[in-house]
Amino acid sequence: MFGWEFPPHITGGLGTACYGLVKGLAKINTEVLFVVPKAYGDEDTRVVNILNASDIEINQESIKKEDFWKKITFMEIGSNLIPYVSPEEFQRIVAKNILSRTDINKNIFRSKYKFSGKYGKDLLEEVSRYALVAASIAANNNFDIIHAHDWLTYPAGIAAKAVSGKPLVIHVHATEFDRSGENINQNVYDIERNGMLAADRVITVSNYTRNIVITRYGIDESKVFTVHNAVEFNKDFDDSQWHKSVPEKVVTFLGRITYQKGPDYFVEAANLVLSKYKNVRFVMAGSGDMLYRMIRRVAELRIADKFHFTGFLKGNDVDRMFLQSDVYVMPSVSEPFGISPLEAMRAHVPVIISKQSGVAEVLRHAIKIDFWDIDAMADAIYGLLNYNGLSTMFRRLGQEEVLGLKWENAARQIKDVYFSVV
Amino acid sequence: MKTICFYFQVHQPFRLKRYRFFDIGANHHYFDDFANKSIMRKVAEKCYLPTNQLFLDLIKEYGCRFKISYSISGTAIDQFEMYAPDVLESFKRLAETGCVEFISETYSHSLSALKSESEFKKQVQLHKEKIQQHFNQTPKVFRNTELIYSDRIGEMVAEMGYKAMLSEGAKHILGWKSPNFVYTNAINPRLKLLLKNFTLSDDIAFRFSNRAWNEWPLTTEKYVHWLNSIEEKEEIVNLFMDYETFGEHQWAETGIFDFMRHLPQRVFSESKFEFLTPSEAADKHQPIAMMHVPNPISWADEERDLTAWLGNDLQDEAFDKLYSLIDKMNLVHNEELIRDWKYLQTSDHFYYMCTKWFSDGDVHKYFNPYDSPYEAFINFMNVLSDFILRVETEILGNRKENEFATYSQDEINKIISEYENKINELKSFTAQLNKPNISIKKGKVVSKSSNKKSETKKIKSKEIKTKDKKTGTKVKSNKK
Repeated sequence: MFGWEFPPHITGGLGTACYGLVKGLAKINTEVLFVVPKAYGDEDTRVVNILNASDIEINQESIKKEDFWKKITFMEIGSNLIPYVSPEEFQRIVAKNILSRTDINKNIFRSKYKFSGKYGKDLLEEVSRYALVAASIAANNNFDIIHAHDWLTYPAGIAAKAVSGKPLVIHVHATEFDRSGENINQNVYDIERNGMLAADRVITVSNYTRNIVITRYGIDESKVFTVHNAVEFNKDFDDSQWHKSVPEKVVTFLGRITYQKGPDYFVEAANLVLSKYKNVRFVMAGSGDMLYRMIRRVAELRIADKFHFTGFLKGNDVDRMFLQSDVYVMPSVSEPFGISPLEAMRAHVPVIISKQSGVAEVLRHAIKIDFWDIDAMADAIYGLLNYNGLSTMFRRLGQEEVLGLKWENAARQIKDVYFSVV
Repeated sequence: MKTICFYFQVHQPFRLKRYRFFDIGANHHYFDDFANKSIMRKVAEKCYLPTNQLFLDLIKEYGCRFKISYSISGTAIDQFEMYAPDVLESFKRLAETGCVEFISETYSHSLSALKSESEFKKQVQLHKEKIQQHFNQTPKVFRNTELIYSDRIGEMVAEMGYKAMLSEGAKHILGWKSPNFVYTNAINPRLKLLLKNFTLSDDIAFRFSNRAWNEWPLTTEKYVHWLNSIEEKEEIVNLFMDYETFGEHQWAETGIFDFMRHLPQRVFSESKFEFLTPSEAADKHQPIAMMHVPNPISWADEERDLTAWLGNDLQDEAFDKLYSLIDKMNLVHNEELIRDWKYLQTSDHFYYMCTKWFSDGDVHKYFNPYDSPYEAFINFMNVLSDFILRVETEILGNRKENEFATYSQDEINKIISEYENKINELKSFTAQLNKPNISIKKGKVVSKSSNKKSETKKIKSKEIKTKDKKTGTKVKSNKK
């Protein structure tokens, strides 16, 4: 299995999802060799063997594959290429790379390559080198199937398949269309499409994503399968430390404040609710390129005494935010899956999610609306705030439902996909 | 003799600490005590103490031939009391010389004049009392926050008994006219206006240390030459500036203190100018015309208008939401709430939300504790949200107390017996209704019950209401 990151060294949800999946597979007796560009040594190896690509020597055989890799241009990219990284994190990454970009023209064929394993400016270069190493690994290890997570590892998967002749499964957690809207990065799109074409099976995290893979990438639908993500909470939700401090009800948006997440629809719906009902506050937690626009809009609507911004929330503050919340809204314009509503439900918060999210396919105890339908969103918010019967039911059944989403089940479905090609 | 009138604005706001959403309803302390104290100490060491000493020395040397005036905001005085009693002492010593005039403004350096007459007058009164308490003077001249002025504001100031007011010699108001005369308010001509000569003021306040300025370095010789070259008939040069110009905006190293130390001597020996305080200047010079200012002006930025504080959506939203509390604040007696109410009105909070970063961006940034106007807005609104909650709880509490407090024991007994009588009356009425023979006279019953309905509404008792409902259903079923 090729991944890009693994807990505890993660910047987003991809590593967490891989970890959950690997643990699920281990439970149903599937042995996994997990390759990451850079291993730190403190990964959880009880369930999986971690292979550090930085330690692998590239042998002559893999260098012969060089022809294949000439097709990939090394280029610097300024756009956000990764599914789940926060804007702050991205800014930090970019800033760091500007500083550390001196030694760029190193010898590409030296025997070991130290991967950063991050999402920096040399990302495409690292992706290509990772593929070289993958070929070497494939030649020296025994396995039945190759499984690659998201576009960063697709070239590695293809190389491993070319060397070993074993079937390739690629796992789509997000597509370029989810990350960049319609203004896609053509290089990334090409890598994704090549991966999907070369793969024997494509696994998508939702039917929503499966649709994109089939229609936007033109992939044969008979080889695309949906396996919904699950969620695993490693600690119980702790609500003893804080108590709710505002007397009003609280409606929360939590996520990157970018076009893809639909923050503007949340603001408009908030305005509608506030015109009818005063005993409520709205909170927009997170940061992103649309933050200032949202603040201006809130001021323009004259609702700023009831609409608050918290900035980017970390760790405990996220739990604390859920504890303050009476309703959680995820109005995403495009969301391959979407873990955050599950976290909200675990914290007993009723959720409203957009139909344009993968998680909407899984959840029953959530109100689903179209992201653009601010009237429906306002309706739903008003209903959850005012009709106790509704919110009590969502609260009780929601947590149950979330805790029932097990990686083990996802792993079983994945195993079925494996057996269809082995 | 022509007149030089020096006036210095001394102001420090109570800066807000980072106040998060989670603090709303949980934490009611809004101010960044550490920043406020350390900034006050820094400015005290660099500016207030050495400059006060300089002026004390000059007054010692020349007596009351050298005169200056100050307006010190109430928030600045509060901070002196808390963090810099030494500064307050040195201002008191300046006051004792009799050569220094202290002038009035709003207590919290606020923009209340633009919103509410009663609040404005209240704050001016508070500030006046503070000045009397510390400096043993009763101000006769008024200076509004950041020289904000309009005909209407001038009228209010005149009503409060001030004889003169300071304002900006804004080009777009004066046109071809000169700021170097005394003018009067357009509504009440008894209020005289002293207008800032912004060229000569800004030569000291802004350009003094600017090496790109073609007149750098500025010497007293050059400056007095400029003073002498104003038109023959012009009478007064008003030099109005931030007090922090000395030592803080223009560092001691630039020579600003030496410049001030030698200026009086140069003025006495080489010019026909004398130093007067604003009230003396207003007494001495005859006004030459009325000044019409229908829309408010200020001394800020190129535009000399209010856009540094108000105008963008962030500022207007915060400003309107804050002042929507005026009526409620009249019902509040809690001292802490009243104090926070004053400090939240300080104009600096709105200044931080200014989004025009171009011509005066650097000046704005210099004073701004926030990275962006958006952060300033979020922080202020969070604080304000908590403040609104507190005010509402306070008023609710007051009302509950009042309800009992306003009635005497006799009155309460009387009310109880009245209510009891009415309840009994209704009880006997419903008992009658329950007798089956009533159903024959349908019309009568319906009209009677509707009469009773209006009566029960007055009493507003739940118990009675439900009973009334019962009679209503009874009537209906009888109709069948």
